[in-house]
Amino acid sequence: MTTVSHPTTERTATAPGSGGPAVLELRDAGLSYGSRALWSHLDLDLAPGEFVAVLGPNGAGKTSLLRTVLGQQRLTSGTMSFLGQPVRRGHRKIGYIPQQRLMDAGTPLRARDMIAQGVTGSRWGIKPASRAERSRVDRILDEVGATAFADAPVAELSGGEQQRTRVGQAIAADPALLLCDEPLISLDLRHQRGVTELIDRQRRQQDAAVLFVTHDVNPILDVVDRVLYIAGGRFRIGSPDEVLRTDVLSDLYGTPVDVVRTMGRIVIVGANDAHDHHCDADPNAATPDDGRI
Amino acid sequence: MDIWSQVFSFQDYGELVVLVQNSIWAGAVLGIVGGLIGPFVVARNMPFAVHGISELSFAGASASLLLGVNVVTGSLVGSVIAALLIGLLGSRARDRNSIIAVLMPFGLGLGILCLALYKGRAANKFGLLTGQIVSVDNPQLTLLVVVAAIVVVTLLVIWRPLMFSSVDPDVAAAAGVPVRTLALVFMLVLGLATAVSVQIVGALLVLSLLVTPAAAALRLSSHPVVVPVLSTVFAVVSVVGGILLALGGGLPISPYVTTISFVIWVVCRIVGGRKDKRGRDRIVRRDQRDGGAPRLQADDADHRSAAGRKEGATA
Repeated sequence: MTTVSHPTTERTATAPGSGGPAVLELRDAGLSYGSRALWSHLDLDLAPGEFVAVLGPNGAGKTSLLRTVLGQQRLTSGTMSFLGQPVRRGHRKIGYIPQQRLMDAGTPLRARDMIAQGVTGSRWGIKPASRAERSRVDRILDEVGATAFADAPVAELSGGEQQRTRVGQAIAADPALLLCDEPLISLDLRHQRGVTELIDRQRRQQDAAVLFVTHDVNPILDVVDRVLYIAGGRFRIGSPDEVLRTDVLSDLYGTPVDVVRTMGRIVIVGANDAHDHHCDADPNAATPDDGRI
Repeated sequence: MDIWSQVFSFQDYGELVVLVQNSIWAGAVLGIVGGLIGPFVVARNMPFAVHGISELSFAGASASLLLGVNVVTGSLVGSVIAALLIGLLGSRARDRNSIIAVLMPFGLGLGILCLALYKGRAANKFGLLTGQIVSVDNPQLTLLVVVAAIVVVTLLVIWRPLMFSSVDPDVAAAAGVPVRTLALVFMLVLGLATAVSVQIVGALLVLSLLVTPAAAALRLSSHPVVVPVLSTVFAVVSVVGGILLALGGGLPISPYVTTISFVIWVVCRIVGGRKDKRGRDRIVRRDQRDGGAPRLQADDADHRSAAGRKEGATA
């Protein structure tokens, strides 16, 4: 399998964030379906407080990477550990923010209860939440700006409100790692910014590491520490400036692509034929008038 | 007014109530079971599974009628087998529905075969499908109460993780909730609850006990405590009320139970409809206050279906 000798391996040792032992450690990790390798020989140390974006075309294995961290899929090679332990199926210290999926009408929860699930959702029995836990829920409602609709049924909330509530649910457990799987998709720009700010604040204040899968780096460009770009069975890791470059991505794709920086945004041109990326039809992805300058 | 007096007859009512007090107790217990499990059935989108399980429960009951063994045991066996099959083979929603659709007619056919071969009283046969008010004897009541207690205690123990994994399986799994184990335990409990409900309302009408009260409660509230409480009250009122009304006439109990539970649902729907409108108004007000752009409805719908497919593939 082809592996890119990534120029920035040494960064793994001195990753941004507050230091301390890595939250997530991948050593020579690989994942393949049959004979098709999604990625291999992947070394990644995610430090506390570090924000890593996982980029790449559809089918490159971005979501599969998250699934391996969640223990829903096994690595074909190499090892992965979370907080020094081998990964297992889910973990109390992992906060997961999925793609927006509107809650069904008839979900017997209010916004407040959804956030409470982050605190007490995995507890057995029906012992009511303690006073401290209830006030924690109130505090998080306030933090994510959900106090106004705290007692509204979640199915009645707008998409942006639901997604803010989900972020609240994820950070309520005070996670060491926030796994985000396209959490901004289908949100308008105002809510994209809001959700990004919430995630960024959580990792700065609580030292949570963030692994953020997205097809569009632009909404999170100013908070990202490192980028893991996966394409065609190969990958590059480094700061956005080191990875999101014409020469690096052309090499990765094996075909000429142009990385254009315009108005503070990064647009990748030429790679559209092989996959959908920043310039695809997603209405939120590459609108030039989003005011992000 | 002949039909009327047949439908509602209260002659010798006091003596009858004493005669069937076991049935009334059984009904109250079943109401609690149905009311508590209902919100999960709705949240997990499993009403069809309930229907499928009840048909296999019917098969088990008719087989035991034919073989001359305990009918409750038979329907328990049928239910649990069906529930486990559905739980093991149908972890994805789409698979689940087709598996239920395969099992259900098979169970119903098997049941009809057993009933056709059975030479006993015809009322027994009919009762399995549409419910009966046969005086529940003491051992039978004990069995019902024990099974119901197992269901209720299990539900209370797994309540929070089960609700978490019912409304948001991916997120719950990420947080370490044993989603798959809970799904199987829930199917087992649902099998037991269905089997005991079949005894009173009959295989065809179990939904009126396990789904309708919860659906009605959800029209009124989304509060995680209010919903199960309301749903339990509705279910108990339906069953006990149905038994009390059915006492005098010689008719099956089920039309009374289903009608009461249906009327409750209609009332809740009308009251809840007003609430829906208030909710929409609140969203509009919030959006205006936040100064945001209007929501992209079409876009939301697109992503919803895409996410639904994705969920189906990963569940």
